[in-house]
Amino acid sequence: MRIAGYIVVLLVLACLSLFIGVKDISIADIFHLNEENRLIITVSRIPRTISLILAGIGLSVSGLIMQQMTQNKFVSPTTAGTLDAAKLGLLFAFLAIPESGLLTKTLFAFAFTFIASLIFLNIADRIRYRNIIFVPLVGIMFGNILNSVSSFFAYRYNIVQNVNAWLVGDFSSILKGNYEVLYISVPAVALTYLYANKFTVVGMGETFSKNLGLNYRQVVNIGLFCISVAVSVIIITVGSIPFLGLVVPNIISLMYGDNLRKTLPFTALFGAIFLLFCDIIGRLVIFPFEIPIGVVVGIVGGVIFLILLLRKR
Amino acid sequence: MRKRLVILSIVLLVSIILFLAYKLTGNWEYAIERRSYKVASLILVACSIGYSSLVFQTLTQNRILTPSIMGFESVYLLFQSLIVFWYGDKTFQVLTQSNNFFASILMMIGFALLLYFVVFRKEKNNMYFLLLTGLILSTLFNTLSSFVQMLIDPNEFSLIEAKIFASFNQMNVNLFWYALAASIIMMILAMVNNKYLDILALGRENAINLGINYNRVVLTFLFIVSVLVAVSTALVGPIMFFGILVTNLTYELFKTHKHSILVLACCLISSITLIMGQFLVEHAFNLTTTISILVNFIGGVYFLYVLLSAKKI
Repeated sequence: MRIAGYIVVLLVLACLSLFIGVKDISIADIFHLNEENRLIITVSRIPRTISLILAGIGLSVSGLIMQQMTQNKFVSPTTAGTLDAAKLGLLFAFLAIPESGLLTKTLFAFAFTFIASLIFLNIADRIRYRNIIFVPLVGIMFGNILNSVSSFFAYRYNIVQNVNAWLVGDFSSILKGNYEVLYISVPAVALTYLYANKFTVVGMGETFSKNLGLNYRQVVNIGLFCISVAVSVIIITVGSIPFLGLVVPNIISLMYGDNLRKTLPFTALFGAIFLLFCDIIGRLVIFPFEIPIGVVVGIVGGVIFLILLLRKR
Repeated sequence: MRKRLVILSIVLLVSIILFLAYKLTGNWEYAIERRSYKVASLILVACSIGYSSLVFQTLTQNRILTPSIMGFESVYLLFQSLIVFWYGDKTFQVLTQSNNFFASILMMIGFALLLYFVVFRKEKNNMYFLLLTGLILSTLFNTLSSFVQMLIDPNEFSLIEAKIFASFNQMNVNLFWYALAASIIMMILAMVNNKYLDILALGRENAINLGINYNRVVLTFLFIVSVLVAVSTALVGPIMFFGILVTNLTYELFKTHKHSILVLACCLISSITLIMGQFLVEHAFNLTTTISILVNFIGGVYFLYVLLSAKKI
């Protein structure tokens, strides 16, 4: 399928997403909206759809870049401790500055994810060539370490339930005024596109990229910076969405190969489509209630990942 | 080696006496009885987890994994969350503690056997595949548990909190005897098979070359490990990093590959660690934290140190 095809599908799903909800607004009404419907569309439906698209793009591109840099198809924000690090940062922001606003929390989450990604890359560097499945195993263990630190503090301050609730990605509370921080992920994703070819070279190892005249450290740091920005703003506004960054890049790579510069737009678009699709399912299955997107993607993504794994052998 | 084992036994004895006798006032007969049960269950859990982690690491041929990453704990957590979600504060009327205990054990063992059956159906070296499948399923279950926990009434959440975080404070004495019986049966089965461990440590090819029915022996051990982990998890709750902590301490202190020594040493070290940990929780932290959180915290930090300091992982 050409890129135009993806854009059309994305637009169709986005329109569908605008007109699904408890308040029945049909597409025909669009030209003569009354005051109430206009309010619902602008305050709730449009922000939700935009944040779905941005989160889908952000997470799947982050996954793709991580996979390129570690040269391992099973690495993603879920399997490298990135999500857990963001959660830890959020917890610390909560404890250190209880009245902290969205921006402070984002900064904390960003700082923690960035440091955690650096540490993970350091660990992954030393096991890269041993076993393809071993790297994500270590990554998940690493995430569990961060989690054990979170629960140590969460338990002491009696906020275990709140902290666990942050983990579940959920778009139902997105309203105009509390999602705008997601736009920060747009320049981060754009930057990854400019650096796409360099990330591929970095994936071949430090010595190799230095041989080709690349500033290895700088490129790695830029990559991690972009990933951390995207992941932390998504965690703050939406919560964590497991497997998205893992499944989407893998499906695209099965169809279009591994030329990062070529596959990056497809990955971004497909990520948004996948997330919109899962969100629509989650909203329709137990209408008028909804299943959080984290659960829907967790189930769909987990099953797809298992299938990919079985085929790979 | 022998000298170190003797020293460890003395340390264990001292810590048991310290645990039993510290600040013993008032009705000391009652206190001694309570504390003896606690010490006995601490030792039981310590040996079960220590032994199963040691065996598991031998089977997987690396020192940074524990059986819990196969998803036992997430099955347990999901089950507990669902029960409290359905029955709320009537949980105790609907499901007695011992029924909950047996149901949890059955769930965990059933899950493990299903996993082994699916993965080991084809005759291949599937160890890492087994782990990754387990990990994906546990991420999936954890997402579901987080979702369920989000829905639970905050007043009832404390019921789950007691189950999520392992604790020896409200242990049921009857359950202890069941757990002891199950563990003894497994220990006897383990004794018969322990002679194979040294050979299994050489790796699959070598073990087969030396005339071992590899798949059968590995499955036997995995079965023992599952039962031991399931029993101790159902008894006190999940302790994820405990296994890594004690096995690595064992390897640090005993630079040998003979499992006849390692098994004994590991049991001693884990008992000392757990008893001293519980002692700290009761007297230094005044029960503001629980043993699992403390052990996971210390074990997690230690594990990070192992990951970062090892030249090759």
